[in-house]
Amino acid sequence: MAAKFNNTSSGEVKRSFNLADRIFGAAVLILSIIIFLIILYPLWFVIIASISNSNLVNLGLVTFWPKDIRFYGFQQILEDERIWRGYANTILYVVAGTALNMAVTMPAAYALSRRNFSTRNKIMFYFVFTMFFSGGLVPTYMTVSSLGLISTKWILIIFVAINTYNLIIARTFIENSIPEELYEAAVLDGCSHFSYFFKVVIPLSKAVISVLVLYYAVYHWNDFFTALVYNSNQKNSPLQIVLREILLLNQAFQSGVGSVQGGYAQGAVDQVKYAVIIVSTVPILCLYPFVQKYFEKGVMIGAVKG
Amino acid sequence: MKREEEKNLMLRTKKYWTKNWQLWVMLFPAMLYIFIFCYVPMYGIQLAFREYNFSAGFTGGDWVGLKYFKQYFESALFGTTLRNTFVISFWSIVIGFPAPIILAMIINQLKNKRWKKVVQTTVYIPYFISVVVLVSMINILFKSESGVAGNFLKMLGLVAQDTNILGKESAFVPLYVLTGVWQSMGWNSIIYIAALSSVDSQLYDACKIDGANRWQTMIHIDFPAIVPTIVILLIMNMGNILNVGFDKVYLMQNSLNLGVSQVISTYVYSVGVKSSQFSFGAAVGLFNTVVNFVFLVITNWISKRSTGTGLM
Repeated sequence: MAAKFNNTSSGEVKRSFNLADRIFGAAVLILSIIIFLIILYPLWFVIIASISNSNLVNLGLVTFWPKDIRFYGFQQILEDERIWRGYANTILYVVAGTALNMAVTMPAAYALSRRNFSTRNKIMFYFVFTMFFSGGLVPTYMTVSSLGLISTKWILIIFVAINTYNLIIARTFIENSIPEELYEAAVLDGCSHFSYFFKVVIPLSKAVISVLVLYYAVYHWNDFFTALVYNSNQKNSPLQIVLREILLLNQAFQSGVGSVQGGYAQGAVDQVKYAVIIVSTVPILCLYPFVQKYFEKGVMIGAVKG
Repeated sequence: MKREEEKNLMLRTKKYWTKNWQLWVMLFPAMLYIFIFCYVPMYGIQLAFREYNFSAGFTGGDWVGLKYFKQYFESALFGTTLRNTFVISFWSIVIGFPAPIILAMIINQLKNKRWKKVVQTTVYIPYFISVVVLVSMINILFKSESGVAGNFLKMLGLVAQDTNILGKESAFVPLYVLTGVWQSMGWNSIIYIAALSSVDSQLYDACKIDGANRWQTMIHIDFPAIVPTIVILLIMNMGNILNVGFDKVYLMQNSLNLGVSQVISTYVYSVGVKSSQFSFGAAVGLFNTVVNFVFLVITNWISKRSTGTGLM
């Protein structure tokens, strides 16, 4: 922080009005505006398209502002039971899955962060090896199958119970940010590993916990692969699978609802698509402002020992 | 003498366990999970060398050696899937790797704090969009007649007027790579931005005294400061050369682009899981894993020799 402050203040003192710098500054600004627009415009387009008359959208007349505002797409979604079931399932998988992730990751990370735990490097290798070598899809599928977990809700909750990369982030954080003296003092007071973990480590690890909750929750929310491969029961389908049916396989309506003839039906399908995109993405974006301040920290911790 | 040693060993073991049993309890769930879902499947790799037998599981079928590998290497899809996988990975690295570096340097040069914050916040957002949503956005924005992005490219003359971008084989890789850049450029730039913000401010002052302009400062101070980060991330990327993300390729596949979009992982899924050719699927999957592993070891070895940093 101090370095940053120095930098700006000295920059202000010796403000140069050199032409090359001005051109450079302008170029950087223009580039940043272009990038900003490229990133933002597709998102903005989906929003305005979702509330515009979809015939106008299809004619290419909706470009910057919504036209002939209507909420037909959102109304249709409210009536589509698949979306609600998908939502309920996904919320279950996100909440239960993330809770399990944290319950498995944090204690393991703590154990691996103990410097005087003589076996810890061997155990670390046990975890890290799986990052670079795996059995592959088919043997994994057969393992899951022989456990009787195919097409159950369980597999969608437990399939990635721990992510080795996140384990490393948590371990590095505990190792570097919680002073060893605290542990020594706690041991003198007769503190066990369990009570030290719950009373000292967890309260001091809020930053890394928020980062990992974000990573895991986003993973579960967006996870499509696990359900595609290991689940074929529609009742268990998470939102992403339902989205795929609606958005990519063009099964926009359950039979019976969308039986309107001709171009109108196609237009309605499109509008439902835009609305579905918004409804499915907004919840995870709501999480974003709360944890944004921890991003850099999390990424940096992870980078130390990638 | 021997007794003494045994006693010693027992004492040491006892001491180890009284000291560490709680740590093992804490590790147990994680190790159990990894054992079941990572090591048991590794044991199941032998399926690639055996005839699959429904009742006998991994180890029961007859040993057939390299039969399924031969079948893959001799099939027409071997060349196609391998080439597609390499082409997609290659362009993903060539285009996708420098993009966040350039973005970070641009963001770092922005003087207006407010605008800088706005840009940073915006470029992170696409990372949170799911692959399903991203692919459907691609389908909407590049739809043959009404797609806004497609029409924009046509207006600029970058794409011929009547092309169906989504159905064109030659458009698949650019579309895959550039939308990938759109999605992850911001997120991947975080690490470089953080590295840039820790550059010693004395270096900037020295530069100013020497009369360097901002471009020169960027090239001679900022860029060298992030080179170590760049090297490490490059090695990690190289080790994943055959790990093309399954989800996005799979979802972007359609009957028109299958010639360039069938990659090893989607092929494993379609033969191994969907059509239940378990042994053949396992063999193709093992080939993929081994190639990746070899790449990782080689890049790691090169980087250890040349820069002294490596993963293992």
